[in-house]
Amino acid sequence: MKDLGQGIEWLSIHQPTTLAVIRVLLMIVPVLVIVPGLIWYERRLLSWMQDRIGPNRTGTITLKNGKKIRTFGLLQPIADGVKLFFKEDITPAAVDRFLYFLSPAIALFPAFAIGGTLPWGPGHGIYGLLTPVWGSEIGLLYLLAISSLGVYGVVLSGYASNNKYSLMGGLRGAAQLISYELAMAMSLASIILVSGSLKLTEVVSAQEGPLWGVVYGVQNWFIFTPFGFVSAVIFLICMVAETNRVPFDLPEAENELIAGYHTEYSSMKFAVYFMGEYAMMFIFGGVFGVVFLGGYNIVPIRWDALAGSMPGYGAMHFIRDANYWLAPLTFLAKCAAGITFYIWLRATLPRLRYDQLMALGWKFLLPAAVANFIVSAAWIMAQKLWGWQGALGASVAAIMITAGLYSAVKRAMNAGTTAMEKRTLALVEGTETVPSVRAVELV
Amino acid sequence: MPLLAYLGLGLFMFVTGSIGVVIRRNPVVVFMCIELMLNAVNLTFLAFARYAPSPLLLEKQPAWMAGQMAVIFVMAVAAAEVAVGLGIIMAIFRLKNKVDLDELSSMRG
Amino acid sequence: MDINQIPIPNVSPNLVIVSLFSLIAVVTGIGVVAFNNPIRSMLSLVANFFTLAFIYFSMGAEMMGIQQIVVYTGAIMVLFLFVIMLLNLSTDSLTMTRKFDVKPFLAVPVGLGVFALIASQILLPFKDTRTPSAPDATAVSVGWGSPQALGRALFTGYVWPFEIISLLLMVGIVGAILLARRRVEA
Repeated sequence: MKDLGQGIEWLSIHQPTTLAVIRVLLMIVPVLVIVPGLIWYERRLLSWMQDRIGPNRTGTITLKNGKKIRTFGLLQPIADGVKLFFKEDITPAAVDRFLYFLSPAIALFPAFAIGGTLPWGPGHGIYGLLTPVWGSEIGLLYLLAISSLGVYGVVLSGYASNNKYSLMGGLRGAAQLISYELAMAMSLASIILVSGSLKLTEVVSAQEGPLWGVVYGVQNWFIFTPFGFVSAVIFLICMVAETNRVPFDLPEAENELIAGYHTEYSSMKFAVYFMGEYAMMFIFGGVFGVVFLGGYNIVPIRWDALAGSMPGYGAMHFIRDANYWLAPLTFLAKCAAGITFYIWLRATLPRLRYDQLMALGWKFLLPAAVANFIVSAAWIMAQKLWGWQGALGASVAAIMITAGLYSAVKRAMNAGTTAMEKRTLALVEGTETVPSVRAVELV
Repeated sequence: MPLLAYLGLGLFMFVTGSIGVVIRRNPVVVFMCIELMLNAVNLTFLAFARYAPSPLLLEKQPAWMAGQMAVIFVMAVAAAEVAVGLGIIMAIFRLKNKVDLDELSSMRG
Repeated sequence: MDINQIPIPNVSPNLVIVSLFSLIAVVTGIGVVAFNNPIRSMLSLVANFFTLAFIYFSMGAEMMGIQQIVVYTGAIMVLFLFVIMLLNLSTDSLTMTRKFDVKPFLAVPVGLGVFALIASQILLPFKDTRTPSAPDATAVSVGWGSPQALGRALFTGYVWPFEIISLLLMVGIVGAILLARRRVEA
C-alpha cells in the first residue's frame, strides 16, 4: 500500500506530465475507435454511389419467430479485422526484415501524433482542461511537420519489400508527397497570416469574429473569405494527395503496380497500413474543419455576440449553450464531411497520370498558393492602413500584378517551343443509320 | 538541467560525425556525417543561447536571439548544400557509374 | 527497512525525457557511422534528428524544434533517401572490393581522445552553469523560442542576413537543377 501511496505522491508531484498524458490519450483513443466505423461508412456510401448494396447483413440476427435484428452491416469491419488477424502472415524471404517490420509502424505514427492536437471544443469552460494540447504554440507547423513524416512509411516499405513494383510505388510516393507538401504549407501560410497565430485554438477563434469584419451576426469562417476560399481549394487537393487517395493513389495504383508499396504486406501488417490511411483521412478532415470551417461551431452564426446583445436567458442563449455542449459532435460531423468528400472523389474521378500529377502540383497549385499568399498579405496591410476599401483595392491590384507576372513567365517559357497544331473536327455528313461519317477539317 | 549535458551531447555528435567523414567511403554517408556535425553545432548554439547568451548583441535584439538566428542560417545553408551536393553525386554516378570516394582519383594528376 | 525512509528522487520529467532522448541521440549518432548499409545509416540519422527536435523542445526552443523536423527529417533526409534509392547504393558493391583498412580501428581511440581533449579544455569551465537565463513562456509574455520572438528578430535586426540566405537558397535550387538535369544531345 505504501508503494501505491508513494506512486500517487510521485504522480501528484508531476501532475502536469500525467495530465498531459491523459489528455493525449483522450484525443487519440477516439481516432482508434472511429477507424472501423469509417471503413463501413466508406463501403456503404461508395456502393450507394455506384448503385450497389454493399455490406449490409453482417451481424443481422434472425430470431426464432422470424423477426430480424438488423445492424446494417455495422459489424462488417470487425469481421474484416478478425479475418485479417487470422490470415497467414507471410514474410517474403528476400525482404530487409528490420525495415519491413518497422515501416508499417512509421506509417501509422503521423495520424496519431497529429490526432492529439486537433481542437474538439472551445477553449473555455470544461473543455478548457484540454486546451494545453490544442493550444500548442506551434500547432499548424507541428501538423505540417508530422504529416511530412508519412513519406517514410511509404518509401521504406517500398525499399524493404525488395520488389520492383514496391520500389516504384515507394519512389512515386516520395515524389508525390514532397511535391504536394509545399503547396499545402503555402496554402496554410496565408491562413496563418490572416489569423495571426499558429495555435489551432486561435485559428478557430479568429473565425468567430464578424464576417469580413463588417457583417455583425455571421462568423468569419475562412472558407467565406476570398483568399481563404482559394487556400481551401488548394488545401483540399493537397490533402487528398497527401493521403494517397484516389485520384492521387499512384503509389498503390493497382492496375500498374499490383498494390504499390504494400504489395508484400499481408495480414495485420497490411491492416496497419489500411488503418493508418483511414486515420489520416479522418485527421485531415478534422484539420480542414478546424482551419477553414470554423472548427467546432455548427453554423456560421455568432451566437455569443447575439446572445450578449439580449437581456435575460433567451433562445439565443440556449442555442449558444447547445453549440458549446455539442462541440465534439460538431467537430466529428466536420471530419465526416471531409471523409465524405474523399469517398465522393473516389467514386467520381479517374486516376491522374504521373506527369499530370506533377504538373498539377508544381505548375498550378504551388504558384496559386504563393500568389494567394501575396494577395492576402497585401489585403492585411492595406486593411491596416486604409480600411476595407483600401484592402479591396490593394488585393485587386495584387491579383492583377501576380496574374501579369504569371502570364509573362508563361510566355517566356513557351517562347522557344512551337505551338501544338490546333484542329477542330465537325461532322458534315452521315445519317443515324448510315455511319459514313466524313470529318472535315475546319480552318 | 546543467548546460554541460547539452554541450556534451553536441560534442559527442560532432566527434562522431567527423570520424564518419574520415572513415566512410560512400559519399552519401559522408554527407550525412557532415549533417550530423552541423546539427551538433546547432545544438551547441541553442544551448548557449538558452544558458549563457552572448554579450555581443545587436541593438534592440535580446541576446538569446543570436543563437537561434545562427541555427536558422545553418539550416538554410545545410539545405542548399545538400541540394547541390546530392546533385553532384548524381552527376558523378552518371558519369562513372560508381561512387566510391577512394576510387574517384582522376584529379590526382 | 521502512519504505517511507527511501527518499523520493528529485527527478523532474524534463530530466527523464532529456536523458532518454540524449541516449537515443548518442546511439543513433554512432549508428550513422557504424552501419554498413546506407539506408540504415540514413534511418539512424533521421531518428537522431527527430530526437534532437525534442531536445530543442525541452529547452523551450519550440520553433527551432519544429524547424528541425520540417527541414531535416521532412525535407533533407527524404532527399537523401531518394538519392540512395535512385542510385541503388545499398547493394553494397563498396564493401565487396574493400581491402583491409586500418582507419576504422584507429578511429575509436582518436575520437575518444579528441572528445576528452575538447571536453576537458573547453566544456569544463561551463560546469557550474545550471540555470537558463533566457525567459520561458509565461502567461503574460512569449518565450525565448516562440515563433513571435523569432519572427520579430528575423524581420528587424537580422533582415539582411535573412535576405542573403534566401538568395543562397535560390542559387542552390538553380545549381541543383543544373547538376541533376540530363544532358540533352544537341
